[in-house]
Amino acid sequence: MLNGIGNALPEIFLLIAALTVLLADLFLRKHSRILAYMMTQAALLAGAFLVYGNFAEGTARQLMGDMYLHDYLSGLIKLVALLLSCMIVVYGRKYWSNHHETPGEFYVLVLFTVLGMMLMVSTTHMVMMYLGLELMSLSLYALTSLLRDDGRATEAAMKYFILGAISSGLLLYGMSILYGLTGSLEVLTMAEVVGHELDIQAYLVPLLLALVFLLSGLSFKLGIVPFHMWMPDVYQGSPTAVTALISSIPKLATVVVVVRLLIEGLGTITAEWAQVLMVLGILSVILGNLVALVQMNFKRMLAYSAIGHMGFVFLGFSTQTADGNSAAIFYTIVYTVMSVGSFGVLILLGHMGIDAETLHDLKGLNKRSPWFALVMLLIMFSMAGIPPLAGFYSKLLVIGAVLQTGFVSLAIVMVLMSVIGAFYYLRAIKMMYFDEPQDTTPLKFDVEFGVTLTLNGAWVVVIGLFPQLLMTACVKALDAKHLL
Amino acid sequence: MLSILIWLPIIAGIAVLLLNKYSCVKWLGLGAAVVTFILSLLLLLFFNSADPTMQLIERTSWIDAVGIRVDYFLGIDGIALPLLLLNTFITLFALGSGWTITKEPAQFFAAFLFMEGIVNGVFVAQDAMLFYIFFEAMLIPLFLVIGVWGGPNRVYATIKFFLYTFLGSVFFFISLIFLYQHANGSFAFQDLYQHQVTKDAQVLIFFAFLLAFGIKIPMWPVHTWLPDAHVEAPTAGSVILAAITLKVGGYAILRFVLPLLSEAVVSYYWIPMVMSLIAILYVGFVALVQTDMKKLIAYSSIAHMGFVTLGLFMVHWLINSANDTFLPLVALQGAMIQMVSHGFISAAMFLCIGVLYDRMHTREIKAYGGVINRMPWFAMFFVFFAMANSALPGTSGFVGEFLVVTSTLAWGMSVALAASLTLVIGAAYNLWLVKRVVFGDISNAEVDKIHDINTREWLMLGGLAIAVLVLGLWPAPLVDLMNASLNELVQSIRFTVEVKGQGVL
Repeated sequence: MLNGIGNALPEIFLLIAALTVLLADLFLRKHSRILAYMMTQAALLAGAFLVYGNFAEGTARQLMGDMYLHDYLSGLIKLVALLLSCMIVVYGRKYWSNHHETPGEFYVLVLFTVLGMMLMVSTTHMVMMYLGLELMSLSLYALTSLLRDDGRATEAAMKYFILGAISSGLLLYGMSILYGLTGSLEVLTMAEVVGHELDIQAYLVPLLLALVFLLSGLSFKLGIVPFHMWMPDVYQGSPTAVTALISSIPKLATVVVVVRLLIEGLGTITAEWAQVLMVLGILSVILGNLVALVQMNFKRMLAYSAIGHMGFVFLGFSTQTADGNSAAIFYTIVYTVMSVGSFGVLILLGHMGIDAETLHDLKGLNKRSPWFALVMLLIMFSMAGIPPLAGFYSKLLVIGAVLQTGFVSLAIVMVLMSVIGAFYYLRAIKMMYFDEPQDTTPLKFDVEFGVTLTLNGAWVVVIGLFPQLLMTACVKALDAKHLL
Repeated sequence: MLSILIWLPIIAGIAVLLLNKYSCVKWLGLGAAVVTFILSLLLLLFFNSADPTMQLIERTSWIDAVGIRVDYFLGIDGIALPLLLLNTFITLFALGSGWTITKEPAQFFAAFLFMEGIVNGVFVAQDAMLFYIFFEAMLIPLFLVIGVWGGPNRVYATIKFFLYTFLGSVFFFISLIFLYQHANGSFAFQDLYQHQVTKDAQVLIFFAFLLAFGIKIPMWPVHTWLPDAHVEAPTAGSVILAAITLKVGGYAILRFVLPLLSEAVVSYYWIPMVMSLIAILYVGFVALVQTDMKKLIAYSSIAHMGFVTLGLFMVHWLINSANDTFLPLVALQGAMIQMVSHGFISAAMFLCIGVLYDRMHTREIKAYGGVINRMPWFAMFFVFFAMANSALPGTSGFVGEFLVVTSTLAWGMSVALAASLTLVIGAAYNLWLVKRVVFGDISNAEVDKIHDINTREWLMLGGLAIAVLVLGLWPAPLVDLMNASLNELVQSIRFTVEVKGQGVL
């Protein structure tokens, strides 16, 4: 039963680390809270190191019965998520010091979020998937409400919790119907049954019912139209450091669940769900980009832009070609890094307990700090999909895959929406470069914050110049022989 | 060799950004631009102008995953080389005119160095996706140049410029992916040329390309971003915009539309032709009534670029119907020379306006008058460039327009007559501009206080004047440089047109 448990070392290690930080934090006095930060950082980096050292280059393996899956896809996503959380923790420390607070819970909950996410992606068993999802989501609900005396944060936490719980319920209900139909909670066995034994025509209605629940649940988590309502409020209300987390870790995890459930599990009945993804995807692209145009609150704008970007991801999956799937994974990874970076810049601009969150707060950044203005410029142009930055290649791959399947009109809508979307990114750049600063207080940040944010921006350029690095990893991740 | 021309300015630009605290960055930037220019001149030594194929090829696989294959594939031929030289040459003047910038000079110089490298990339890319990447990347520095150092209405102008050109190029982007999939997964120009798509697809792609490059050139009726962008841009920005980026559109037509879409062009060549004639005539008249000097030159740019598109889109008809062996080549030569010449003249005109603006801080024509009394040297240059702009024989402006008009004669006397009317309209707005700005009595007390051009301005205007004169009096070296490649292009078009054997019209 415990055979091969060594492959789950990153998760085990992170669990122990999270509990240690939790315990240690109890005994730390206020001025030595930095120890909790350092332990978290060390845990995340060591976790990343463990994942990297134990990368599943060969075929995927199931361990501990069928509870744990050791494969390339989970390795890649876990590595990205761990490194991103390192960045978020750096930004988070600066955020909390802006607020003159040092909540140890933040670090513990981040660790639990990441742990949940790691469990969620490295399994093909629906129970594990659900447990991981709940661990991640519950930690995020708590994180959202960390600013206890802020009305909007409380509202955001409430919304996030209620809608998140509903979506988890939908997902669970879909899973249970599937279990009823196939008699298995394990995705690969389920795929076997659906592909060969089940009489699809006879059980079409329950199967479609299950699909509807699954798709609704997953769309909720990704913020796909029409299940996007929670996104703007939660993005805006959450503490910015937590918004960065919400915009990255759950997205990465949910995209992997989409791969597991839909592509691996129900890949034999593509016709039943690919069209749904296409419709939902294009609606998200349209709504996200159009509504983002009128947002002056930067966090809210990024929420709508996230809806648009996730639409692109869905469109990538909707092609149901190997290229389209890899493109969707590539898109998600690129998007999450850019999004964390832009929240990092927002955190940089906050001071004295006041968060920077409107576009006006960006004004004159080029005067205050040309370096970070450049970082933000790169991230914004990358989000708009201007070459030679990473965001361009993600759009190139998805649109290429869509055109390959022959949906020219879909591709035209996608590029038109990209042009419309370019406007609000340009507006952010306009604020930074063309306007005079409203607030001239010097920006305060320590070395590691500066280095992290610079790396975040540099990543966009490096992947822009050498996109091959990440692309091959994404292709490998979805390669049939790595997926079981 | 070609890689150096792309990356040297870009690396120098990064260095300038990093060293922004030191006062020597301007010299560093200019030095890098000079080195790049000298290196691009060295290309002439290695370049064999008798050979029509791509030379100095560099090719390595760059991206090959997720169904997309892009090669880092550079090469140069007689069509790209003159434009590349134009770019490295004009960048010197752009940097020179920005010498007195006080607001963030390091960022200013860096933006133009990035621009130089990127545009070099556009001209030497032999892989369509690589071309597109450079083509789009151009927007970033230009957006910032207009937005940061521009005039009062700069935000409107620069966002309009960006979105307009971005809108055009996304259709180019989709067409490229379609062509790529048709060419069995290769973006290399040579592979795209070999896999001609069906006529129906060609027609759609033709209109997509026409939109993309029509906006870039710009052609009537999608030209409206240009006057706004020019008026708000700083002098150096206007110089690069008029002299270089407009040429990218013409170059793209030579590279993509003419060889790739022969069947569509044979059927629909008249649409861009009519648009070009409207640009030449109507926009010429529009230029006549402008009260802002920069706007006037911007409209005259559109009219002059009308000659370029007129010459380019006539080639298929000349091959298909006129059955003349020589005229297609003349039309292409005319368009190319017109592009190079317009690069010199428009840069010079914008520099002249910049010189006046630096002293008077207004571009309104009515604020001037009698400038010759205080700035005789400047007046000499201004009159000379205005003459060149109205295509006076002996200046480079004449050669291109003459060749294009000659080739339109085959199409019909009326068209040639209409096109040559521009000589009259052009003379009208240029001479009237000169009369109102340079000659007459000093009516404005401010004009009385201004002083003549300094050495830096003398050098810049003098350099361009020499270029205009040399190209006007002795265009043979330029023609020799590009003839083999243009001839090859004509032959390949003739081949596709005749093989398909679909004589339309």
